[in-house]
Formats: sequence, C-alpha cells, structure tokens
Amino acid sequence: MERVDPRAGIISKRLGSVERIIAVASGKGGVGKSLVSTVLALTLAEENSVGLLDLDFYGPSCHTIIGAGEAEPKEEKGVVPPLIKGVKLMSIAFYSRDKPLPLRGTEVSDAILELLAITIWGKLDYLIVDLPPGMGDAILDVLRYMKKEEVLVVTTPSVLSLKSVEKLLEMLVKLKVRVIGVLENMRFEENRRVEELALKYRVKYLGSIPFDPAVEGSIGDPDALLKTNFSIKLRENVLRVLH
Amino acid sequence: MHEWALAEAVVETVEKLASKEGAEAIREVVVRVGELQQIDLEVFEFALKTLVKNTIVEKAAIKIEVEEAVLKCGVCGFEWKYKDALSSLEEEVVEAIHFVPEVAHAYIKCPNCGSSDFKVVQGRGVYLERVVFNGES
Repeated sequence: MERVDPRAGIISKRLGSVERIIAVASGKGGVGKSLVSTVLALTLAEENSVGLLDLDFYGPSCHTIIGAGEAEPKEEKGVVPPLIKGVKLMSIAFYSRDKPLPLRGTEVSDAILELLAITIWGKLDYLIVDLPPGMGDAILDVLRYMKKEEVLVVTTPSVLSLKSVEKLLEMLVKLKVRVIGVLENMRFEENRRVEELALKYRVKYLGSIPFDPAVEGSIGDPDALLKTNFSIKLRENVLRVLH
Repeated sequence: MHEWALAEAVVETVEKLASKEGAEAIREVVVRVGELQQIDLEVFEFALKTLVKNTIVEKAAIKIEVEEAVLKCGVCGFEWKYKDALSSLEEEVVEAIHFVPEVAHAYIKCPNCGSSDFKVVQGRGVYLERVVFNGES
C-alpha cells in the first residue's frame, strides 16, 4: 500500500461536535477580514460556545485583535485552545511566536491539516475560520476538510477589491458552497457596487460597515472593541442572517 | 499529550481502511514517525495500545519506525539533518515544531546560505506505512 497520512481521517471527529463552521473569506488582503472574524466570534460568544481558528499563516492577527497576551494552548490528549473572552482561539502564532513564517503551498496544507487534526475544540455552536485572502491552499483545504462550512465574504467597495472578490464568488458559486452573504466593509462613499455584485451572483448582500477610525485604538481590548461602531454595525448586519 | 491526538488519528484511519477493505482482522500496522516532530515514542506507543482496545486493530502487531529528518535548501541545494540543528534550538522551539512541524521555517535556516526556504525531504510527521489485513501476505 501507499503511505497514508492519518491526519485527514480524524478531522471529522475533531469537528464532530461543532454545530456551524463559518469561514470568513475575501479576494484581497486588508479588507478587514480578521477584524470581522474576531468581532463576530466575540459577539457570538455572548450567547454561544465559539471557536476562532486563524488560518492566515503569513499574517496571523486574530490573537492580536482579541488581546491573547501570554495565553497558550494546553496539551490534553491533543491541543486545547485557550479561552479568551469566551472564545476558544487557535492560531499558528502560538507556535511561530510572531516570527516570519515563509511557507510553500504544500507546507501551508500540511500545517492546516496538523492544526485540524490535533485541536480539541469540544462542543461548539460556532467555529469561525479566518482565512487568508484569495483562493489559495487555505480556502481549498477548508472546503475539502470542513464539509459543513459556510462562507462569509468580506470586501471593501473599492474597485480593486471588487474585481478579486468577484472571482472568489464565481468559484464559490461554481463549487456550490453555501455563501452566507457579502459584507461591505470600510464604506467610504454612497454606492451600490457591492450590492449589485451580490445580486449578480445571487448571494445575500449583508449590508455595510462605514470606515471606523476608532477601531485602531481598540485592538487588543475586546471590551472596547465591542463598543465601536464597527462592532455595532457588524452585529446588526450579520447576526440576523445567522439565526 | 499531543501524542494521543496523533495515535487517535492512526487508529481511526486504520479502522476506516479496514472497513473499506471489508477486513475482519488486522495482522500488522507499521507507523512511520518523522524525527522532526520529536514524538515521545513511549507515550505514543502507550496511547496506541490503549486506543486499539476493543477495536479491530486490537490484535495487530504494531511497529513504530523512526524516520530521520532531512532538510534541503531550496536556494543553494544544501542538504542537512534536523538532528544537527537540534542542539542549537531552544526547548520551546523544539516543542513548537513538535506541534506544527512547519513552524521550523520560523526558526531554522540553511547552514550553508542562511535561507529559510528549505524543504523537509523526509521525516516530517506521522504516516501509516503499512497495514496488513488477515489473509494478506
């Protein structure tokens, strides 16, 4: 027989008690995906058990946004993520310690498989997955291994972001992935561009969040972060479609 | 221990393979353990022996083979062994690599040219090398 990688075989068991998996994706970087992922996790954690998995290996930032500080996963017949403000967080940053991590595609897949195979999430109502931008290994692996995932797409109204998010939507629709909707972030002017794009691909337009300069000062402080206009608008726009 | 999670993956996968093959018993399981992951072999073996109880794998002879980790630089082509780099790594770095071997790229550089663009040629992690079902030679 050929060599068999045993890790893929355990993933369905590791995610067996996870009710819903929401992957947050975008076409381009810098549209606020990690912020959306982290604030969504914190908001949902007010009434649910929630996990947050940061798969952006080149620029992990959920641990910074949530203020993970010195928190670390614990070993207990696997790896148990630390609970921060009610959110179980797993990130490669716990192991790469914020050093640059140059990885090639197969190595990204290997690291994703490893994290999925060893992380003991336990019972979760929601697992939020922060994906790196684009259509690389991370989103393809999530689609392959996390069978019940739903995707929340984030974009800014900039033409540059829209061009690449359109390709992402095209791929997701083709692959028949359940798309929760498209969220317009950092809205800086009146426009209907994101709404029209959502309409074109027959996915929900989740509404918009204006650019909020107060967010920057709240990074690392979940209580302050949840009080920003960004978080209030995110709650308004996204929570209603999740229930 | 993290070894338990990997042992659980091995047992689960062997069970799935047996069910796919319609096998009623398994005679031998060979697990290849890559040196890079610095698995505690005693714990891993104990976990395997505990987890196979009351499964189709229970009576199988389980062999664990360690594969030396070899790294090759993608820039200059130099090849070196992980064990040569091991003595210069801090304990917590070795532990981080133990959990997610890919983070080696954050801590190890080619001893010849200093690049962190290297490939793990062999000895990365845990693989099922061979499963022999009853009736097979």
